[in-house]
Order: sequence, then C-alpha cells, then structure tokens
Amino acid sequence: MRLARQGDDEAYRRLLGQVAVWLRAVVRRGLASAGRGPAESEDIVQEALLAVHLKRETWDPSRPLGPWLRAIARHKLADHLRRRGFHDHVDIDDWSNAPELAVEVATPAAIDSRRLLASLPERQRTIVQEISLEGHSAADVAARLGMSEGAVRVALHRALKALAAFYRRENP
Amino acid sequence: MNTDQLLGALVADGAAAKSPIGRSLLRALAAGVAVSLVVFFSTLGIRPDIRPALETWRFDLKIVTVVLGLALAFGVCRDCARPDMPPHPARRLLPLLVLVVAAVAVELALVPEASWRQRLVGSNMLICLPMVPILSLAPLAAVLWMLRRAAPASPALAGASAGLVAALSGATLYAFHCFDDSPLFVATWYSLATLAMVVVGALLGRRLLRW
Repeated sequence: MRLARQGDDEAYRRLLGQVAVWLRAVVRRGLASAGRGPAESEDIVQEALLAVHLKRETWDPSRPLGPWLRAIARHKLADHLRRRGFHDHVDIDDWSNAPELAVEVATPAAIDSRRLLASLPERQRTIVQEISLEGHSAADVAARLGMSEGAVRVALHRALKALAAFYRRENP
Repeated sequence: MNTDQLLGALVADGAAAKSPIGRSLLRALAAGVAVSLVVFFSTLGIRPDIRPALETWRFDLKIVTVVLGLALAFGVCRDCARPDMPPHPARRLLPLLVLVVAAVAVELALVPEASWRQRLVGSNMLICLPMVPILSLAPLAAVLWMLRRAAPASPALAGASAGLVAALSGATLYAFHCFDDSPLFVATWYSLATLAMVVVGALLGRRLLRW
C-alpha cells in the first residue's frame, strides 16, 4: 500500500488481489456466523474493495494496514446485514452447511453486471466496460473515444463513485 | 462484473492516493474559517478596546481556552474520520474540560458572590448565542463536505465532531469581539452554543456521512 500510494500500479494490483482473497474469507465467515450462506459474499467483497479504493486517504501510512482493512470489512458486512436482515429470516439449514460452503470457487460474478452498469450514464458505462470487462488501458480507451486520457480517468473515477453509491442504495 | 474485472477498473483509476484525510480536513476548516472571517469583520469586528483587553488575564484565558478547544476538537474530528477510529475519541477533550473547570473555580473564588449573577449573564449573551453558531456555519459545511470523502466508523459521531470543530472556530472569532471575559460567561454561553452545533452536526452527519 505504501508503494501503491506513490503510484506503483503493479504493487497496487497485487495488494488489491490479496485484499480481495482475504476479504472473501472474512466476509464468508461473517455471513456464516450471522446464519447466512455465501451467496451474497461477492457483493460485499466488491463493495468493500470499492471502499478500500475510494477511501484510501483515510489510511494513515504510519499505522498498520490490517486494522484499517478489518474496520472497512466489518463496516460493509454490518451494513449489508442490517439492510438484508430487515426483511429476511435466518436460515438454520444454511447455517449448518456453512463450513463446507465456504470452500467454493473463487470470484463468482456478483450483482448482475448489466443492471449495475445500466445505472451509469452512457459515457461512463462505455469506459467501465472497456476497461474492466475488456481489459483495455485508460490510454487505449481515450484514443478510441477521442477523449483525453485525463478525461477518461475522471469519468472512470466518477463511475466508481457512482457504483459505490449504487451498492448502498440498491443492493436488496 | 466479477471481482477481477472490478480490480482492473480500480487499478486503472490509479494507485496514488490524494493527500491524507487529516491534511484535507485542515484545508477545509481553513477555507470555512476564511468565509467566517469575512462575516465576522463585516458584522461584529474586533472589540475596540482590544489592546487593554490583551493585558487582562481573563481575556487572555478566554482566548487560550477557545484556541486549545479548537486544536483538541480538530484531533477528535480527524480520529472520527477513520474507519478504524481509536476508542473514546472524546478523551482528547479532557485538558479543555480541566481548564474550564479550573477557570470557573478561580473566578468563583476571586469574585464576591453578589456579582456572580451579573458576570454569568454578562452583557452580550443574546449576541453570543446566535453569533457563535452563525460564525460556525461555513466551517461546518466545509468540514462535513470533506468528511464525505472520509470513511467514518460512526457517521453521527463524525458529524458531531465536525459540529464541535466548527463551533470552536466560530467561538474563537467571536471571542475577539465579546466584552464578557468572565470564565462564568464563557463556560456557560459558549458551551451552550457549542452544544447546539454538536447536535446539528450529529444529525447532519447521520444523514450525509454514510458510506
């Protein structure tokens, strides 16, 4: 994270990858202890990853990263359970199966991506699709859309913030 | 969108972080105070007898109290902006509490009981109560706006801390106008005005600072 703050994208990618794996384990454990299956876990993982990214200025580099990450994971998990718990009941059967369910394939798709992307304005949607789904770089996308790279980055950043807001609002 | 694809988008958004939240909050507070300074000088202004006042211990103590309060409150606010907020952030305010209680005790010991009431009520109470909150509006807006970029463990608490910082910055400006220097006056009316802003901040924070 220290390297990443200085703009080392490769270090940042590695870090976020590790954080995602760690989050997945923490979130599934949290869901299991609340008596819920892992079906919703990837939504929470993605929401927490967005928060790690968008709120990274709140990490103080003179402190360890672990407690900060745990606090974000706890916040997002609690938020999710509060929203869902309101109209859902705890499924006992699910609870008893939780330990086995926890060993499942990695990175299943979360929220239906079309619904999520449909919530964005068109320009932002195109940019997110090109960068995240098709793996182009910001510079490539800028050339193709006839925008400056800076403008693509601004639009991408806005889109990520909009996605974070979308999770907060819509996630059933 | 699966998580790997999301990761790609996050990395494309850039690894480098903006300045740490503490520094951003300080900048926001400074901007808010700048607006309040304009309001202060166009409505109240510094009291005309500022030079002799500076030589009285009551005026100096009043200034020390509000400035100390402002510095401590800023620390509380910075703590509250973090998801891993340290436990009991309000503990930072202890020195302020000790100073105010000591100042009140000294004043009660020095001044005859007959004039307690007059010193408590002062001459400016009706200006102090609305003006401290008015002078803290711009700082409150600026700090709350910056806190939306933060990730407060408790939105209501972070909002309350923003109200506290804002009120103390308003009180610091107001203190240079007000003729009532008695610790009895400061401890009562400044605290009431501050409390009102803390409540406003907490209510706004609960709505605005969720993330």
